[in-house]
Amino acid sequence: MNAITIYWICGSGLVGFGLYGLIVNPQPLAKILALNLLGSGVFLLFGVIARRGAGAGLGGDPVPQALVITGIVVAFSATAIAVALLLRLFEVSGEANLETDDTDPGVPPPDGKS
Amino acid sequence: MTVVVATTAGGFLLVLAIILPVTAILLIMALGGRWLARIVPVALFANLCVSAAVAWLVARTGEPLAYVVGNWQPPLGIALRADGISVAMMVMTAVIICAAAIFAWSEYSQRHDEPEARAPFVFWCLILAIWSALNALYLGADLFNLYVALELVTFAAVPMVCLKGGATTLKAALRYLLFAVLGSMLYLLGTVMIYGAYGSLDISMLAGRVRAEPVAWIAASLMTMGLLAKTALFPLHLWLPPAHAGAPAAGSAVLSALVVKGSFFLVVRLWFDAMPALRDPAAMQILAAMGAMAVLAGSVMALRQQQLKLLIAYSTVAQIGYLFFMFPLVSLAAPQAMWAGQAWTGGWLQLFAHAFAKAGMFMAAGLIADATGRHRIADLGGTAQRMPLTTLTFALAGLSLIGIPPSGGFSAKWMLLVAATQEGQWLWALVMVAGGLIAAGYIFMVIGKMLADPLAGSDFKPVARYREIVAFSLAVVAVLLGLLPLEPLEFLQIGRPALAIAELQ
Repeated sequence: MNAITIYWICGSGLVGFGLYGLIVNPQPLAKILALNLLGSGVFLLFGVIARRGAGAGLGGDPVPQALVITGIVVAFSATAIAVALLLRLFEVSGEANLETDDTDPGVPPPDGKS
Repeated sequence: MTVVVATTAGGFLLVLAIILPVTAILLIMALGGRWLARIVPVALFANLCVSAAVAWLVARTGEPLAYVVGNWQPPLGIALRADGISVAMMVMTAVIICAAAIFAWSEYSQRHDEPEARAPFVFWCLILAIWSALNALYLGADLFNLYVALELVTFAAVPMVCLKGGATTLKAALRYLLFAVLGSMLYLLGTVMIYGAYGSLDISMLAGRVRAEPVAWIAASLMTMGLLAKTALFPLHLWLPPAHAGAPAAGSAVLSALVVKGSFFLVVRLWFDAMPALRDPAAMQILAAMGAMAVLAGSVMALRQQQLKLLIAYSTVAQIGYLFFMFPLVSLAAPQAMWAGQAWTGGWLQLFAHAFAKAGMFMAAGLIADATGRHRIADLGGTAQRMPLTTLTFALAGLSLIGIPPSGGFSAKWMLLVAATQEGQWLWALVMVAGGLIAAGYIFMVIGKMLADPLAGSDFKPVARYREIVAFSLAVVAVLLGLLPLEPLEFLQIGRPALAIAELQ
């Protein structure tokens, strides 16, 4: 069991935990954290792929590392938007859950006005 | 093996199509929102001209345009490529975004001598950002750049959902974002597997390298699942109705007509261009089965809605389903190959007709809501008397959604239907017919209510005439698309040799 194996097992595990948390946990903040966990797993796999490409005698394949930086920026931005939306939702409604039932005729119209 | 990509004449236009809107956003950010009224029209018009020029060049030469950014060859560099389908998507996007901009102009106006308001600033930046990101999505020739473009589309579309700011729309936006980010994570996971297995992310290189083996299957499934979550294909549609119904009317039009099509476009790129070796009939049937479920479930749910905008949003869920019939019907296997061109054109025509019809329909619904302040279908009485043009807009758009001739929706569904019956895939033909029947149910239900007598105490405030005309024009385009000949369009096959050859047989 070499270092690469440990890394890809960790990465796959993180992806699995993230998916599980995203699906099972109803709390929006927990869902955001689960997505980050999932993202970290994917980024770790980028590292594994970079290292595996190093078989050609180089220290590492630089392309996945360049890609992963972009991926991290994107995941960071997504988290920022999600947290901002969640904070705003808490300010407006005093609660932070995603429970809605749009088939219920009693709910107010989409824009929240009469 | 390296595929050398050369910049073609006019290739620089492709860069302009992406950076013009971004430049406008940067200018607005730097100069302040008070300059909106001067910058936005110029930027929209300039980018419309760029899209038209690209379309003209590609139509005239019959060859795809390409641009190699910084003259770095792929796979290290980034290539932009405009073939027939990307140009058609670009033109459709340009027309609908400009129409939505005219429609929203008075609602989000910002005069130069007034203090800066927040809503117009955000709205116009988002519209420009969506346009730029969609163009990047249509032109990208590299799976990772497509991922970035996909994310840019999402980040521009999510705030559009909650522009009105109520708790319901914030929840809808957050749900949309969670679905979309999960989708992009799955897409990214597939991308890294592809890179690990084949050492490239360039679409034209992958086309020759990807073989039908487990790693490619798993990667393709992950990427497709991610994209389907963004396309809102049943059963991953849960986020779409509240999100599209909650946005302002012009925003709903752009989201429903264009944004969900962006990720669908990528599904097509993936299966037809990047991994043609994986186009196993069984896999294609799974995609079509999901589409069929979307057609049936989306139509039935639309029928049960109480609110007009939610009904229209559920109809989007159903109409997206039709697009996925393209996958099994466009087959290059011997007996079916002669119908491939038919199914290919039918699928794209369905996409364009739905985009125009749905944009017009959301605008009509927005106008009715502006005039009456009501959102429920039961309260629509008197609309036909007081807003005849808007009622006609809704009816014409509905014509196309149901598939009644002459309309773009009819031609599209007819071509798909012919391909399905000729190829012996009867089940999909039945689903298409059933979907059309249920669509007729919910469209006529709304029109019936519009033709009813006004309710006591209902009050119609006047709406600007030009806004009614914009919505009407889009619905008319959806109908006019039906006047195209019922034949495979050559333009959609530019840059696609395999299909064109199959067509000739």
